[in-house]
Amino acid sequence: MKSWRPGKVAMADAVRAGVPPVISYNEEVIKKFTIAAMFWAIVAFSLGVYIATELCWPDFNLGPAFLNFGRLRPVHTSVAVFAFGGNALFASSFFVVQRTCRARLAGPDALHDFIFWGYQFFIVMAGLSYGLGFSRGQEYSEPEWNITLWLVLVWVLYAGVFIGTLMKRAEPHIYVANWFFIAFILTVAVLVLVNNAAVPISPFAAKSYVIYSGVQNAMVQWWYGHNAVGFFLTAGFLGIMYYFIPKQANRPVYSYRLSVLHYWSLIFLYIWAGPHHLHYTSLPDWTQTLGMAFSIMLWMPSWGGMINGLMTLSGAWDKLRTDPALRFSVTAVGFYGMSTFEGPVMAIRQVNSLSHYTDWTVGHVHSGALGWMAFISFGAIYYMVPALWKRSGLYSTRLVAWHYWIATLGIVFYITALWVAGIMQGLMWRAYDKFGFLQYSFAESVSAVHPYYVIRMIGGLLFLTGGLIMCYNLIQTVRSPSTERREAGLPAGFAVAGE
Amino acid sequence: MFNQHTIEKNALLLLVFTLIVIAIGGIVEIVPLFTIETTVEHVKGVRPYSPLEMAGRNIYVREGCYVCHSQQIRTLKDEVERYGHYSLAAESMYDRPFQWGSKRIGPDLARVGGKYSNDWHYGHLRHPQALVPESLMPRYAFLAETRLDYNLIEKHLTTQRFLGVPYTDEDIANARQDMLAQANAQADQAGVAGRYPKAVPVPGQPGFPSEMDALVAYLQVLGTMVDFADLGVEKLQQ
Amino acid sequence: MPTKIEKDAISGRETTGHEWDGLQELDTPAPKWWLYTFIACIIFAVVYMALFPAIPYGRDYTRGLLNMSSRVAVDDDVKALEAQRAVFMDKIKTTPIEQVKDDPQLLAVATAAGRIAFANNCQPCHGAGGAGRTGYPSLADDTWLWGGTLADIQQTITHGIRSGDDKARGSAMPGFGINSLLNAAQIDAVADYVWGAFYGHAVAGQDLSKGQAVFAENCAVCHGANGEGGRTVGAPPLKSAIHLYGDARETIVAQVTNPRLGVMPAWEKKTNTTGLDEATIKSVAIYVHALGGGE
Ligand code: HEC
Ligand code: HEC
Ligand code: HEC
Ligand code: HEM
Ligand code: HEM
Ligand SMILES: [Ca+2]
Ligand SMILES: [Ca+2]
Ligand SMILES: [Cu+2]
Repeated sequence: MKSWRPGKVAMADAVRAGVPPVISYNEEVIKKFTIAAMFWAIVAFSLGVYIATELCWPDFNLGPAFLNFGRLRPVHTSVAVFAFGGNALFASSFFVVQRTCRARLAGPDALHDFIFWGYQFFIVMAGLSYGLGFSRGQEYSEPEWNITLWLVLVWVLYAGVFIGTLMKRAEPHIYVANWFFIAFILTVAVLVLVNNAAVPISPFAAKSYVIYSGVQNAMVQWWYGHNAVGFFLTAGFLGIMYYFIPKQANRPVYSYRLSVLHYWSLIFLYIWAGPHHLHYTSLPDWTQTLGMAFSIMLWMPSWGGMINGLMTLSGAWDKLRTDPALRFSVTAVGFYGMSTFEGPVMAIRQVNSLSHYTDWTVGHVHSGALGWMAFISFGAIYYMVPALWKRSGLYSTRLVAWHYWIATLGIVFYITALWVAGIMQGLMWRAYDKFGFLQYSFAESVSAVHPYYVIRMIGGLLFLTGGLIMCYNLIQTVRSPSTERREAGLPAGFAVAGE
Repeated sequence: MFNQHTIEKNALLLLVFTLIVIAIGGIVEIVPLFTIETTVEHVKGVRPYSPLEMAGRNIYVREGCYVCHSQQIRTLKDEVERYGHYSLAAESMYDRPFQWGSKRIGPDLARVGGKYSNDWHYGHLRHPQALVPESLMPRYAFLAETRLDYNLIEKHLTTQRFLGVPYTDEDIANARQDMLAQANAQADQAGVAGRYPKAVPVPGQPGFPSEMDALVAYLQVLGTMVDFADLGVEKLQQ
Repeated sequence: MPTKIEKDAISGRETTGHEWDGLQELDTPAPKWWLYTFIACIIFAVVYMALFPAIPYGRDYTRGLLNMSSRVAVDDDVKALEAQRAVFMDKIKTTPIEQVKDDPQLLAVATAAGRIAFANNCQPCHGAGGAGRTGYPSLADDTWLWGGTLADIQQTITHGIRSGDDKARGSAMPGFGINSLLNAAQIDAVADYVWGAFYGHAVAGQDLSKGQAVFAENCAVCHGANGEGGRTVGAPPLKSAIHLYGDARETIVAQVTNPRLGVMPAWEKKTNTTGLDEATIKSVAIYVHALGGGE
């Protein structure tokens, strides 16, 4: 492998190309986050496939407590959302903010490294702790108080570096991607601080009790839970979209005015929608009404992002044929549009009365998680890796295409199977016979979904296979001589990457 | 004034405005749940968990039962028919964390208390498929072999009292004793029954209170506390 | 970078004049359809919030023009459903259970009601079709602990067995081992006898007389001199092909040492949270009776 000193050579290239001298960005830490994102992606998908198998054949709960579905499922969700998603966000936000601010990251390298290792430590501790039986028992917010404190420290430093970089930017305006990153970083901090407020039973014990109880606890939790979706899985990834799609398509963003409108309306409205997770429960009716009404209003602000993503391609659709990585980004935006349409529909009380508690929700989750969040991350990582490791391009675009089709097929298996399973459960639970008695026992609904669980598991296996292909392709990209830096082979919009 | 152009050129302004905009919804939805009095219904019977039930509840949380089971019967006729009276906010007012759940891989458990015998629960937790062949539930046999760790039981109670759960000094002083008594059906239950009406003693093995004993005691009290006899819908308006 | 507005050749739109790392933005207005749909959603939401309980203020909240409450609504729904079923269920409640069985129309309803109530409440213990499991008797065979007539079954379901209900069926086989009523040798002997003489595992040449004596003295009162069982105390027939706790000799030793004393919950509706109403219990009894073993 050719040794590479990033800053210096980039500078020399730039001088040769006749552009003004450029800054050498902090790239080592981005490389680490990118590798971590891929690593955790494989862990998350494997765990997903494993717990999906447990739901097909419960004997796969092999016996030890830490392999039980109940303990492993939160490991899957946390690794998927916070480890895979989180590392992808760290990597791309640091990549984007430096380039769009023309500034190196604020703070010393040691601080960036601390954020990296600190965040990995958080993930490992969280995952281990659920396996060992420490959990707060609130979805997506399971880490106990001591692990949460550590996360808060890391997060504050991250926010400091990101905002510090914005402050020292050389561009007068802040680029739209960074608005979304700001909203993501700030809101997640607020959400975690409020939702995790707990009192440990002793400073030396891991166990704590959350300060809210019952109905208030439920409301705070789903205010958190819904906005973890809204700001972690949506705002953050919109930040990714706003940089990488225009880059990959080499086109200007479709509409600045739409960006402004949908940014402010999205972040304002999202916060209110949490009660749609609590329809018909003992949360008071007025709160449920607000949850539904604001979810409906949220539809168009969400689609504002989709329109901006897709329309940026107008005039460049042909690039989809030549750049399979762009295909990931664009399909991601399509899935984003789909799940943000499905979401408001499910938020309608009458629809939710059927869908809630069923696999329909899980299908919705994964059309967002696999289709939107994982795909947009794949698109960004396929773009970043050659840029960061100064390669002329990817090792194999054919493998990207394979990855694309296998993963897409996996998603289709996954979500169609769970639509059917979910709607079937919902209908069976409420079915009445001709005399007006319930038609099915709960156990019958459990047997009925078995085939669909198997299809879901196969879908997951396909998705995992795609991920492994991606890893291979990226490793080869970095290692193989065939991807030595070749000026001519750089994709469009790419020549300035890293410069 | 502040228009987009000013905000967009000033990172701090962007930060502050974003913060204000995201704060509003949460405040409007959360704060009134503490101020509107009808939010938690005024009903009789709901009491703090007995020490054994509380330990069992913590095991329920730890094992992630909530990922498969809801504890929230919605105001829908089929749910009321299948699982019993819709859940009240009052019924979870001492629940930290709440365990309403968001997915039913297994049935709702909000009112499972008293529906089955202790013996059934022991057998079912050990090996669910032996009793319900189609069940997807993992086996929890290890809970029966694990001794319940109650070293810090008083701390659990005092922490909860600090957060507003009405445990008395007497409850705390007797916590250990109540816990051991409830975990041994042969023991004298008078103290437990006086402090925690409707608490269900579980057989257990004397001298070896297991985690499964605690979990079963918790399951057996679910949904049994409220006395619905004189509660019409008028009294349950939130 | 200074503001430098350019014209995009493809769309014909102007840029906003800023550039970041080569990225630009067009000054396209937000699409009309998008704006109108957004406004329509807002109008819908506002109307919806006006109609339903929505806005909190101080210690109260707006009830909405429709004055709707999901709790009132579900109450009404349940009442409507009950009214619909009352046509038959009231008749089932007032008709003696034997006659319900003989009225084809009532029987059809009772069977439908009984089937689902059984599946939701009894199947976890007694198995699908009442096939039974270790510790939970089969309801589909001819052997009955407490009796297999409709009235017996209704009584069992209503009040349960050792359920704590005032009228529960109950009896307690003594813990001969744990209460030191019999010593280990005696228990061994009686187990040999029961296993040999009743469970049908006799070993040729084995002397069962010692066990027989123990049995006659301690067990026959309940289980009958010939192991035929005693319904008044719910003592299972021992001379039978199917055994509540299985066919192994160890289960006999275990049972004599420390009896299991199975519990069957009482299903009578005591509050409006759980339990089954009278007509439903009758229906379940009819359903169970028809599973194959009814007397
Ligand atoms: C993988 C999902 C899963 C997990 C995890 C799980 N269960 Fe279950 N549970 C089920 C299913 C499916 C059923 C329905 C079939 C049956 O009765 O076993 C069930 C049934 C039950 C029932 C009977 C409810 C009724 O009304 O029939 C109880 C009680 C119960 N589970 C308690 C627990 C407890 C306590 C835990 C945690 C220690 C737990 N479950 C964990 C899936 C699960
Ligand atoms: C918690 C488990 C459990 C549930 C649930 C349960 N039963 Fe039972 N049932 C038992 C046990 C245990 C016995 C035997 C008790 C004994 O040893 O005498 C029994 C006995 C019976 C008997 C008496 C059988 C005989 O041979 O005399 C009938 C009839 C019966 N059950 C019907 C039902 C019906 C109908 C339901 C549902 C409405 C039901 N059971 C629910 C555990 C249960
Ligand atoms: C007071 C009445 C009573 C006496 C005396 C009694 N039993 Fe029982 N026996 C019962 C009852 C009731 C049951 C079923 C209850 C249960 O679920 O444990 C039972 C169950 C059994 C069973 C389990 C049957 C099966 O189908 O698995 C065996 C074996 C048994 N008894 C043997 C004996 C022997 C041997 C003695 C004398 C040493 C004895 N019993 C004395 C009432 C009695
Ligand atoms: C190989 C791919 C995957 C498979 C097979 C898979 C499988 C599963 C399974 C079986 C569940 C439990 C569902 C249930 O309880 O009924 C689940 C839940 C979940 N998964 Fe995945 N998963 C995969 C990838 C992902 C990814 C990439 C994410 C990214 C964010 C993700 C996020 C989640 C979330 C948030 C839940 C909880 C859903 C809920 O509570 O409604 N999963 N997954
Ligand atoms: C306008 C946008 C959206 C709305 C209004 C919305 C609405 C909803 C609704 C109504 C539910 C079901 C709640 C229930 O019945 O329990 C739900 C669940 C969920 N949604 Fe969305 N959704 C949106 C977009 C997304 C996106 C883009 C993702 C990305 C991954 C996502 C992730 C989730 C998750 C993880 C859950 C499961 C929560 C749980 O564990 O119960 N949603 N959403
Ligand atoms: Ca969930
Ligand atoms: Ca029988
Ligand atoms: Cu939501």
